[in-house]
Amino acid sequence: MVETRFLGKDTPRPDAAAKATGQALYIHDLERPGMLHGKIKFSEHAHARIVNIDTSRAEKLPGVRAVITAKNTPEVRVGFLRDNLALKSGKVRHFRDEVAAVAAIDLDVAAEAVELIRVEYEPLQGVFDVREALMEGAPLVHEFNADGSARTGNLLDLTFRHASGDVEVGRCDAVYIAEGEFSTPMIQQTCMGTAGCIAEFDPSGNLSIWAKTQIPFLAQRDFNQALAAMGLEGKNARVIVPCLGGGFGTGLDTHCYEYICILLAYRTGRPVKILYDRDEEFACLSPRQGATVRISQGCDAKGRLTFRDVDVLQDNGAYTSWGATYPSVMMLPATSLYRVPHIRFDAMIVYTNNTYCQAMRGYGNPELTWALESNLDDLAAEAGIDPVEMRLINCNEPGETTPMGLRVSSCGLRECLEKTADILQWRERRGRSSSPGKRRGVGLASLMHVGGSGRIYRSDASGMILRLDDYANVYVYSGGVEMGQGLHSALSLGVAECLGVRPEQVHINQTDTSTCPWDVGTHASRGAFTALNAAHMTATKLRARIFALATEVFPEEIERNWKRFSRKNAGATRPDFDFAAAAADPEAFELADGFLFTKEGPEEPWARVELGRFLRAVHFREGKSTMLTEEAFYDPPSDLPDWEKGKGNMSATYAFGTQGVEVEVDEDTGEVKILTMVAVHDVGKVLNPQTLEGQIYGALAQGVGYALYEEVLTEQGRILNPNFTDYKIPTIQDMAFPIELAFIETDDPYGPFGAKGVGEPGLVPTAPAIANAIQDAVGVRVHDLPITPEKILRALKEKREGVD
Amino acid sequence: MSGTLRHEIRFTLNGAEVVADVNGSEVLTDVLRGALAQAGTREGCGKGECGACTVLVDGLTENACLTRALEVEGREVTTIEGLAGPDGELAPVQKAFVEKGGIQCGFCTPGMILSAHALLRRTDTPEEAEIREALAGNLCRCTGYVQIVRSVQRAAEIQRGERGTDG
Repeated sequence: MVETRFLGKDTPRPDAAAKATGQALYIHDLERPGMLHGKIKFSEHAHARIVNIDTSRAEKLPGVRAVITAKNTPEVRVGFLRDNLALKSGKVRHFRDEVAAVAAIDLDVAAEAVELIRVEYEPLQGVFDVREALMEGAPLVHEFNADGSARTGNLLDLTFRHASGDVEVGRCDAVYIAEGEFSTPMIQQTCMGTAGCIAEFDPSGNLSIWAKTQIPFLAQRDFNQALAAMGLEGKNARVIVPCLGGGFGTGLDTHCYEYICILLAYRTGRPVKILYDRDEEFACLSPRQGATVRISQGCDAKGRLTFRDVDVLQDNGAYTSWGATYPSVMMLPATSLYRVPHIRFDAMIVYTNNTYCQAMRGYGNPELTWALESNLDDLAAEAGIDPVEMRLINCNEPGETTPMGLRVSSCGLRECLEKTADILQWRERRGRSSSPGKRRGVGLASLMHVGGSGRIYRSDASGMILRLDDYANVYVYSGGVEMGQGLHSALSLGVAECLGVRPEQVHINQTDTSTCPWDVGTHASRGAFTALNAAHMTATKLRARIFALATEVFPEEIERNWKRFSRKNAGATRPDFDFAAAAADPEAFELADGFLFTKEGPEEPWARVELGRFLRAVHFREGKSTMLTEEAFYDPPSDLPDWEKGKGNMSATYAFGTQGVEVEVDEDTGEVKILTMVAVHDVGKVLNPQTLEGQIYGALAQGVGYALYEEVLTEQGRILNPNFTDYKIPTIQDMAFPIELAFIETDDPYGPFGAKGVGEPGLVPTAPAIANAIQDAVGVRVHDLPITPEKILRALKEKREGVD
Repeated sequence: MSGTLRHEIRFTLNGAEVVADVNGSEVLTDVLRGALAQAGTREGCGKGECGACTVLVDGLTENACLTRALEVEGREVTTIEGLAGPDGELAPVQKAFVEKGGIQCGFCTPGMILSAHALLRRTDTPEEAEIREALAGNLCRCTGYVQIVRSVQRAAEIQRGERGTDG
């Protein structure tokens, strides 16, 4: 294991003070000279033909600078299937469809103008249920694909499939089989800072856009395509990322509101800002994808899994964003969590007139793990095997290659399971449901997730530039995005560690596509993993250059140091060490804490050269003037999977973990009280305990909301709970139970300092762990998240009636 | 908007008297973030549901988004910008949030810190339950609140140290 100076201990994050004083600037706080405010007119129907849009009254309102619709703007296509338009023409397909937009001198005028726009619709029959949407004769959400070809049904032409071994053989081999259908709802990411952007064109037609994004460089590509569609072929979009008030996946795609903002800015020749209010955020920003997972698993008499059969059905909503591709990540646990010889996985994604969905923390993994880990407890019960034992029997091991082709370079799952059971006092508490009325139970669930980035694009790279100035300030240019998770903490500590300076010498530059090198985006728990690998590569190059220059400059600087030192310390005797001879070899040097010195030799302060002094000496040499900047581009050793075959090592390494819960269930009210939670994660190596714990605690809280109450409620496509009163997220009171965390350090060979990504894992197994604990407490299995008191009471009633 | 009656109000903002020209429908968030350029008061929902805009009015927490600007006439308003000392030294509660990891995306932070500050004006020795009660109106989506509770406990400790009330 590598020795570290700064990594491995609690260190406050570098961005904390600005956030604690209110100085941090979010998109809400940014203004540009002459800036206008944009507002969008959304559809009033879930499915309707647009007959006419009358904007005349809005245009006449004083203060309005532009009113745009599909009729008076170029067509800008959105989404990876290009099935969405920034401004809708022909028909609307869900309630949040953008039919018109306004730019005005202030938000009040813009809002009033939007109210004055009259849209005449011819309502069409909508389809809101996935299974109905698949039926013959169901209303078509899209009559045509983006390429103009006619569509005959609502099933999307997206294949995510895996088959290994022969599931039928596995079924025959099974002595016990458990089968079930499990569903997860759409939930809202609810970033505390809502979505927004500012778009501004310069006189030559290039765009600057301040965007709440996690993918500045993919956004640049998307926006450049939009510019081309607007007739601005060859012009560039510069994407600048302000402080993000949370991301959680909402920034992984570009959004219609951003394109509309660009269109408004271009039309008016003025900077335009569009900022969603909370109602819009709830009703018009894509939530987490929901899914229905039909799963069966079987095991032999000894509890060894013989097969796993999985079918996923997803309501895609009206358009396609990243929600559609959740099965790409579902495939990971489906094929690779625990050892299973025969596996089948398939997914169907279906258009409806509901809202469409995007990424959120875990991206398909929580959806699949909810089914897998709930069903595995059912199988363990069927087989009469303790759930912990069941998981240990089938545990992943380091060095294995899974049926999907995932290479498990390190794996602490066994330790995670054992430690969770230990902390939870599993043997003492399991199956000891207390007296009727309020019954207690314990449950656990595990996870496997990408831990070394996740390749979803040809390049999975992360670039870094390190620039030194005359005063040994180190400027970091990284394309990764700090959205609250602690990337800047990882960067400042990691760069300091790798280069040999103090963290306070490291300055993280704002993420900006015009200054920072390319990065695929901050997703898949990859930020710290890729950035620190890039930091290590860049710092290694920079150190080599510093040490090469030191052979020329160092001895002279030491002489200066000695002169100063001996002047102040008369009579000091100089140790017998030949600096000039030692300095001939670049390998002789070390840089630490911002000082350059020879590894051998005296340890007195005068024998060390402060890096800034050294850099100035290098800078101001006549005829050899040098400033130091280095760059590196890290692309993890992984493969872009073939989704139709379900094969490919999508990540450089994989994260594992187990979470346990003790609950108390009130049999009269169906209420679930969490008494304690345990989370044990294989994180490879702890880089900064404080930020690591913060990631896990936060993900656990999101997992609790996901498990027990969060759900975007819709009726005929209309979102019914677009506010925090009707859409509850965990408050500080809801999280008032003890949480114990433990980390298993497996020192991954690909991880920077051995570390794996940890941003998402805490959310993944929380819901099934809670469900399994509820099952232990009251003996009922709830299949559909969230596990509301009503569902528990219904299940208890069914159980009683079944027994009667 | 044009045609709406405007009023000049005076109040104390972070210790200094300020004057603002407001209309009857404007809320304190608008005035603070707008004319008074105090961007630290965040707006998370505009309906008093999330607590991001929490400020202190005469020492008590209020949702600035529900407080009509006219109501603060003659009163004392403290925002996040008013907590640090004149030399820029962070207040104990700010220091504690930085030190204990009570901050992630930071959007809820000013409101969270002001709610904690109001609690710590009342007591140096808050029980965990009191801390949770005091922050129950402040939503955070990032932290799971564990490190926020620790931050407030740490702030109380710093405060006890400064006041010499620590054992």
